[in-house]
Amino acid sequence: MAQAYKNIFINITPDEQVEEKKECWFRKNNIKYIDYKDADFLITFLNEQGQIYPRRLTGTSVKYQRKLAQAVKRARHLAILPFVTDSLK
Amino acid sequence: MQKQYETVFIITPLLTQDQMKEVAGKYRGYLSSQGAEIVHEENWGLRKLAYPIKKKSTGFYHLIEFKADPSIITRFELEFRRDEQILRYLTVAEDNNMIEYNAKRAKGEVGNKGKLEKAGQIEQL
Repeated sequence: MAQAYKNIFINITPDEQVEEKKECWFRKNNIKYIDYKDADFLITFLNEQGQIYPRRLTGTSVKYQRKLAQAVKRARHLAILPFVTDSLK
Repeated sequence: MQKQYETVFIITPLLTQDQMKEVAGKYRGYLSSQGAEIVHEENWGLRKLAYPIKKKSTGFYHLIEFKADPSIITRFELEFRRDEQILRYLTVAEDNNMIEYNAKRAKGEVGNKGKLEKAGQIEQL
């Protein structure tokens, strides 16, 4: 019942809801440690304002999303990355 | 039991190159006096900060990797907090993956060290 109700609002067929499965970039490339000192690399996981992209957009696994978040936060503390900005890229 | 640590700190831009090295040397000396073993050291030179700290928009970055007894870290960080010439500091305990990465980074195989060297911003000590 709840499912049918939801579909009325979204107004798309169930087939269109199935998204392509994304792969975790870190698992794929066998990267075990994310370096907080490398700003150019971390920027690829940030938007223009310096926010971290959510997992649902990048496909990163939970384990590496946590490590990525920690690396970004360390970089912000050391002023390697900004907390907030308008033009990161 | 010794653990491996990595410390990055930012020295105020109001100093000359020589004075900055003196400050960095002071902390290296402190670690050595406490029986720590310096594994790797880098100076990134004067870099622009991503946001102003204590009304300064630039700073000298210095990185020290060392093996030390965990008990000296509190005292070591207290030295940073007391020092007005230090804008920021961060000490991280290294796990095995990080030690492996940093060893590769020191050789310039991974990370941004090669790029910094090319730009003449980095100085190996």
